[in-house]
Amino acid sequence: MSDITANSPPVAAGSPPRSAPITAVGPIAWLRTNLFSGWLSTAVTLVLGYLVIRAVMGFVDWAFINAIWSVPVAPNGQAQTQACRELQGSGACWAVVTEKHRFMLFGTYPYEQHWRPALVCILFVALYIVSALKRFWNWTLVPIWIGTLTAIGVLMWGGLFGLPYVPQERWGGLPITLILATFGLAFAFPLSILVALGRRSSLPAIKVLCILYVELIRGVPLISLLFMASVMFPLFLPEGMNIDKLLRAQIAIILFAGAYLAEVVRAGLQALPKGQYEAADAMGLSYWQKTGLIILPQALRTVIPPLVNTFIGFFKDTSLVLIIGIFDLLTAGKTAIVEPSWQGFGIEVYVFVGSIYLVFCFAMSKYSAGLESDLNRHRRR
Amino acid sequence: MDMSAAIDTSQGHVASAVRTDAPPAIVLDKVNKWFGALHVLRDVNLQVATGERVVVCGPSGSGKSTMIRCINRLETHQEGHILVDGIELSDDVRALDAIRREVGMVFQSFNLFPHLTVLENCTLAPIWVRKMPKKQAEELAMEYLTRVKIPEQALKYPGQLSGGQQQRVAIARALCMKPKIMLFDEPTSALDPEMIKEVLDTMVMLAAEGMTMICVTHEMGFARQVADRVVFMDRGEVVEVGTPEQVFNDPKTDRLQLFLSQILRGH
Repeated sequence: MSDITANSPPVAAGSPPRSAPITAVGPIAWLRTNLFSGWLSTAVTLVLGYLVIRAVMGFVDWAFINAIWSVPVAPNGQAQTQACRELQGSGACWAVVTEKHRFMLFGTYPYEQHWRPALVCILFVALYIVSALKRFWNWTLVPIWIGTLTAIGVLMWGGLFGLPYVPQERWGGLPITLILATFGLAFAFPLSILVALGRRSSLPAIKVLCILYVELIRGVPLISLLFMASVMFPLFLPEGMNIDKLLRAQIAIILFAGAYLAEVVRAGLQALPKGQYEAADAMGLSYWQKTGLIILPQALRTVIPPLVNTFIGFFKDTSLVLIIGIFDLLTAGKTAIVEPSWQGFGIEVYVFVGSIYLVFCFAMSKYSAGLESDLNRHRRR
Repeated sequence: MDMSAAIDTSQGHVASAVRTDAPPAIVLDKVNKWFGALHVLRDVNLQVATGERVVVCGPSGSGKSTMIRCINRLETHQEGHILVDGIELSDDVRALDAIRREVGMVFQSFNLFPHLTVLENCTLAPIWVRKMPKKQAEELAMEYLTRVKIPEQALKYPGQLSGGQQQRVAIARALCMKPKIMLFDEPTSALDPEMIKEVLDTMVMLAAEGMTMICVTHEMGFARQVADRVVFMDRGEVVEVGTPEQVFNDPKTDRLQLFLSQILRGH
């Protein structure tokens, strides 16, 4: 029996529960309470509804109805973009994507070898999917990652199995973005856990080192770190020794992401009640058993939303490598419209490139939401 | 050891199991501890024999929790000696590991691991610390969960249980390590009144088995029923030690008289 107020007649125990009245549930009730609850809210609903419909119709007109999907190409290889220019912005010129999508996706990678970076992208996506499945959350994931990353390296560089060698300077586009993001986060995440634990260590040397690392790296812009990695770092190396530019950018990204993620992980560690540490200690668990079995599983679950927030941020921040001349997806897109005949069609290119980023980031976001509710089952009653 | 006969807290005193032939289970010798400038333990001397049940009481802030937390080194003492099962507590990690394996602890706030099921809570330490095979650890856990009368909750998460059930899981979890000594730090203070009895019954059952126990509690009925000795602490000192009758019926010091009058008024 629910609570009974003093005035209401006593309800006989065991009277059957009634369903809520039809005016309180269902779509009509929802519309009435949320959109048309008074004259003011009705007016706001109508105005906003009008603006939304106008915007959607305008976009449909531009992107589909008035759009041009392909243009003729002259025998000398010049695209004839007259038709596109005559639209004067009233319709999208998707022809730029039709013509240039391979350059945007794979940069200056040799044209006839484009199947290799394409396969690399598919391998990356497959690796993400396998890693996301709970069934694979055990030691089998280690050989899967090593195997896939080796295959990716062989495909990109070549020089083996009859594949022509392609120097790293010619890589570009989506594979670069995926390489930077995948390696960046795969190394930064474990690093951040160690740093977060180190910041809470009782050993002063480790603690100071971790605090210094986080504060120094977090205190400078990623762009300046990338510059240092690309320009200053080689100056300190002995003559003749040269570390790949991509690798240097990769290390800068790992260090930067590690510092940010460490603070997120530390927040999760702080949120755990002291009693959890004490119970684990009292049972005689060692430090690493306590950390691995009790502390981290709980701390990391708590911080899934900010962790994924940072992951998504870094996926997009990889585009900053353009300032040291690495051709990631965004840079390749920009470069594609440098050609005189395609100048002025930036919107189409940015919509295309943006939608690729969106697909990856949205997938991460949806996956993390599912993971969060799945891993936090124990919080439900 | 017949566990099926539920021992009611209203029944008479549980037979003493003190073994005078064995060496003492716990020795505290002139233990001193400070939190900053605050002197929380002052020359605490206490010997607990194997099989003895000691109840520690005293006003809040008297150092009773700190004292039992020093016994498994959740707190470190700064002066004096603590010997547990013949091993001296020091910075030696191996000695500490050996002691923690033999000493079970039950906390006021249960401190179950919320991300693990009840069964996993119980098997964790046997598997990782005692290196017991998983199947054997699960059998052992089910045996103890049956003893505390909640085997049917084994696959639930702690958050799905009532406070009393959670505390009984915590007791079963500690027992799965087969400890020689059990420490209870106000095990019923966080419970609703109707759940206190089920936890106390479990502790009486343990006492009847001859477990060496130190229990910080204000449950005077429990103390009278199971305690071989009652220790009264105030302001970091052990003020009076004696049988429950001596301490509760014939307090010698003003401080104990004041304390007893306060808690009796509350009841």
